[in-house]
Amino acid sequence: MLHIKNLHAGIEEKGILRGINLEVKAGEVHAIMGPNGSGKSTLSSVIAGKEEYEVTDGEIFLNGENIEELGPEERAHEGVFLSFQYPVEIPGVSVTNFVKTAINETRKAKGLEDMPASEMLKKIREKAELLEIDRRFLSRSLNEGFSGGEKKRNEIFQMAMLEPKLAILDETDSGLDIDALRIVANGVNKLRSKDNAVIVITHYQRLLDYIVPDFVHVLHNGKIVKSGTKELALELEEKGYDWIKQEATI
Amino acid sequence: MSKYTEEELQKELETKEYEYGFYTDIESDTFPKGLNEDIVRAISKKKNEPEWMTEWRLDAFKIWSEMEEPEWANVHYEKPDFQAISYYSAPKKADPNKTLDDVDPELLEMYKKLGISIDEQKKLQGVAIDIVVDSVSVATTFKKTLAEKGIIFCPISEAIQEHPELVKKYLGTVVPKKDNFYAALNSAVFTDGSFCYIPKGVRCPMELSTYFRINEAGTGQFERTLVIADEGSYVSYLEGCTAPSRDENQLHAAVVELIAMDDAEIKYSTVQNWFPGNAEGKGGVYNFVTKRGLCETNSKISWTQVETGSAVTWKYPSCVLKGDHSVGEFYSIAVTNNYQQADTGTKMIHLGKNTRSTIISKGISAGKSQNSYRGLVQIASKAENARNFSQCDSLLMGNKCGAHTFPYIEAKNKTAQIEHEATTSKIGEDQIFYCNQRGIDTEKAIALIVNGFSKEVLNKLPMEFAVEAQKLLEISLEGSVG
Repeated sequence: MLHIKNLHAGIEEKGILRGINLEVKAGEVHAIMGPNGSGKSTLSSVIAGKEEYEVTDGEIFLNGENIEELGPEERAHEGVFLSFQYPVEIPGVSVTNFVKTAINETRKAKGLEDMPASEMLKKIREKAELLEIDRRFLSRSLNEGFSGGEKKRNEIFQMAMLEPKLAILDETDSGLDIDALRIVANGVNKLRSKDNAVIVITHYQRLLDYIVPDFVHVLHNGKIVKSGTKELALELEEKGYDWIKQEATI
Repeated sequence: MSKYTEEELQKELETKEYEYGFYTDIESDTFPKGLNEDIVRAISKKKNEPEWMTEWRLDAFKIWSEMEEPEWANVHYEKPDFQAISYYSAPKKADPNKTLDDVDPELLEMYKKLGISIDEQKKLQGVAIDIVVDSVSVATTFKKTLAEKGIIFCPISEAIQEHPELVKKYLGTVVPKKDNFYAALNSAVFTDGSFCYIPKGVRCPMELSTYFRINEAGTGQFERTLVIADEGSYVSYLEGCTAPSRDENQLHAAVVELIAMDDAEIKYSTVQNWFPGNAEGKGGVYNFVTKRGLCETNSKISWTQVETGSAVTWKYPSCVLKGDHSVGEFYSIAVTNNYQQADTGTKMIHLGKNTRSTIISKGISAGKSQNSYRGLVQIASKAENARNFSQCDSLLMGNKCGAHTFPYIEAKNKTAQIEHEATTSKIGEDQIFYCNQRGIDTEKAIALIVNGFSKEVLNKLPMEFAVEAQKLLEISLEGSVG
């Protein structure tokens, strides 16, 4: 599904990613962990196509296609979804209206008609229930005055609505209390299938108790310095990142 | 109105030029350029006006001749040469006595381009239109239906002939001739506009609508509108404006007077998209308008405006809250792009007790434009328990435009409660990226953000107008992201 080869990228001439290699297959869940400043959020932004970042070397393939020339909305149409660490506010635009626009724009890009209102409504109802979202919440302005937990739940709600092929969850656990974490993780798990893949970016092992990864990668100084299975996450939780850093410098 | 679809919007977004920039070649009857007493007399004669009206105009001309063009607004432009303007232009074939079938087919074609063909309008329910092309009302529809309720809705020139007692009594009572430079000019040379009278206790069963349009080159349009809502009556009035694109600047100086008697309510909505000039700032309409309403006891006047056009706008629809318990409202969206300049806002003059006013102003600036809100809230010494709430929000796009807020508050009664809120925000790259990431392209993302920003005001517009206004916002801002 996603194949990243020797990716180098940065912002304003400052290199952040220094040779990332990663392969994510359909049906898999990958966790990317690492200390602050290791390049986790940069990686997610670069995959999503944020224009401030410049790719200086390497390639990103999505379903076998090099996506270098695709704009962020085109990548979204191809099935890339990013759950933002800090979702932005759009005053006056309701959650429902936003999601409806996103779905119909994506359909339009594929040459499809708008989703019929009844189908849209049914889907909204179903996904809101899955994420235990109150209906009144959906008529509020997007992210305006939302608590940290509401923002993250709203991100996963959008993911559920858009049904992406590749979902990247950027620190979705931060700012969530344990109940919200369980609801969000439960939602993500229900959306998993053999046809889609998930990349979970996190500092902590906590989320991985709920969304169990097939692979864990440790990012340090813009490189994946260690990969393993879910046990690696437990080891990191116990020992911290220092031993990885030491190993990486040897 | 025909259903508006996503594809139509898409098509419109592809055309970057001013959408209404066509020019209709109809024979017209235009006065020589310049302004003096003789021209004023000639206009009055052309309109077959009674002596009192001619005198009224001449008096206004005298006042105007002694006034200076105001300079206090935050706009910069080359002052119009008032002697280089033709003050009267009428499509030659127009004759108010003709039926619709006799109207020049080219005129009808023009209405079709505007999306307001009379054929269609006749079939539509609920909207009566008085169309003013350049200076003469060409056709007034629905007159009969309205007449049954005793409602008078006609060109003001006709009202001067048919209802002189009403015109004489109220014309210039809310906006006096000497009120300001442009109001004085308008009073001297106004050529047409609409007149509306709603009798006591009558609720006007349809939205009344006027469509203004400047067609002839080098002409100014000076329309005069007078709306009188008698005791306990209600009327909703819509006004739309377009102009063909031209290189030179065209002047538009209108006066609108509203009178809401005891327990009456007037809703006045405007969508203004006069030609804004091209992307280099050449051409466009100078829109210098005086709009004011008078509220008697327990009455209400509500102004809603969506201003996307004109090169320079100078406009402050206001309410004089004379009667106790009267209510004034002002809801505005003003969009400026490229080199447009707008200085717009309102005046809420609280004279009566327990009077209330609400001001919601949304300014959107893009390109190299300048957008100013200027508002006065005045509480007179006898206005016990007056209340005002003002909210002025500005949205900026890019780094080369400006948003300014000039709120004036004068309270002479200490029981007054006045609230003022103001925000300024910018469409951020983060917002755009967020939308992009969800599959929404940048143009659509901006439309979404702008519509969200303007929602409180758009919601105040009657349905058909809201759709048109939403389209206009998107058209006016396209290509403004860079």
